[in-house]
Amino acid sequence: MVERSKVRVLIAKPGLDGHDRGAKVVARALRDAGYEVIYTGIRQTPEQIVEAVVEEDIDVLGISILSGAHMVLIPKILKLLEERGIKPNEDILIVAGGIIPPDDAEELKKMGVAEVFGPGTPLQAIIEFIDKNVEKLKKFHPS
Amino acid sequence: MIDELIERLKKGDRKAVARLITLVENEEGKAREIVKRIYPLTGNAYIVGITGPPGAGKSSLLDKLIREARREGLIVGVIAVDPTSPFTGGALLGDRIRMQRHATDPGVFIRSMATRGSLGGLAKATNDAIKVLDAYGCDIIFVETVGVGQVEVDIVKTADTVVLVTVPGLGDDVQAIKAGLMEIADILVINKADREGADATYFELSLTLDFEAEKWERLGWRPPIIETIATTGKGVKELWEKIKEHKKYLESSGRLEEKRRFRIEEEIKTIASGIIASKVEASIKEGELEDLIRDVLAKRIDPYTAADRIIKEVM
Repeated sequence: MVERSKVRVLIAKPGLDGHDRGAKVVARALRDAGYEVIYTGIRQTPEQIVEAVVEEDIDVLGISILSGAHMVLIPKILKLLEERGIKPNEDILIVAGGIIPPDDAEELKKMGVAEVFGPGTPLQAIIEFIDKNVEKLKKFHPS
Repeated sequence: MIDELIERLKKGDRKAVARLITLVENEEGKAREIVKRIYPLTGNAYIVGITGPPGAGKSSLLDKLIREARREGLIVGVIAVDPTSPFTGGALLGDRIRMQRHATDPGVFIRSMATRGSLGGLAKATNDAIKVLDAYGCDIIFVETVGVGQVEVDIVKTADTVVLVTVPGLGDDVQAIKAGLMEIADILVINKADREGADATYFELSLTLDFEAEKWERLGWRPPIIETIATTGKGVKELWEKIKEHKKYLESSGRLEEKRRFRIEEEIKTIASGIIASKVEASIKEGELEDLIRDVLAKRIDPYTAADRIIKEVM
């Protein structure tokens, strides 16, 4: 398993909703699990988030949206990542949380989001998912 | 891999910069190799340390200082250090929140760093990360320490100018004359200066500086005290001017070279003791330490003797 303290996680809240309780609970839980977690605060533009991903050399991007704008904001983030040459599931693990209906979740997964965690997801499930999937990133298998 | 990353860094590739910082943080062997290669490219950045107690407003002030530096067209690097939990090894790095408005400015590179066990207010790899940003082409690098108490003064071994940020009402004048933090400041800032007690804090700091009037006379620099309100930006311009003034003072007095010599001396010693420490760690044979602990517990030998036995094999 990749050493958790060497895994850099960004918890991002794009868009206009200011409900950051969930984002903070997840950030705190991941910290307690031993990851290095960066929290950038509310009302971030996709551009700001992607630049933080680049500068902080992020391995796991957690996107929290409760505004209903996920089908606009997440594809925008994915597009910007692609422009920077950051490939989902190869260079970065992208997970989303918040209020995202199942149909949209399926759609997002096709685009490159690795998993969508809805309300009521046990924190342990998120941690287990990260542990299991972060290992597949290229960064942890230098050629 | 490192060669390719350094080539990309030279071309201004931010992803390469970020990955190089990760490598100097995570892998000692790679840090060595990277520093060796980029060292000739370093030495151009001016390094400003921002330190002070938790919640004093270091990140908010820094946010405003970045703006001042950018107005003058300087390329800005920021390393913001937050603590690693000593219990879980995890960290929550939140300094970026205050500076995210600069995230999309290509002239600003912000990196959050966790202390990972270091106790001096910085991370072990902070100096190497500074070198990466320096080689990348930053003109000025701000280093924000963790929220410090009284003795976390590693920043003095890293920065050219140390800005100590405090707030009104943290204690009486005895706090101000204790050894430690106050001694390392080149510039003192009273942030949240609209709060009650700002005048008293100003007075106390000023009196504390008076104790050493002779020293300031001799050096030719007495740390100025600046009142700021980071949230509104009040006093930030003055602070920025003082930082530049201090830089000029260091350059013209020859103190900058002196400081950098001292920094290199400290760095060499730290690296050397680090190498010895890991050799000691590696030389401890399985069971040997257990035996020694048992002997010390039973008072057959003392801890010094036990340590000597371990070290003997390395020396």
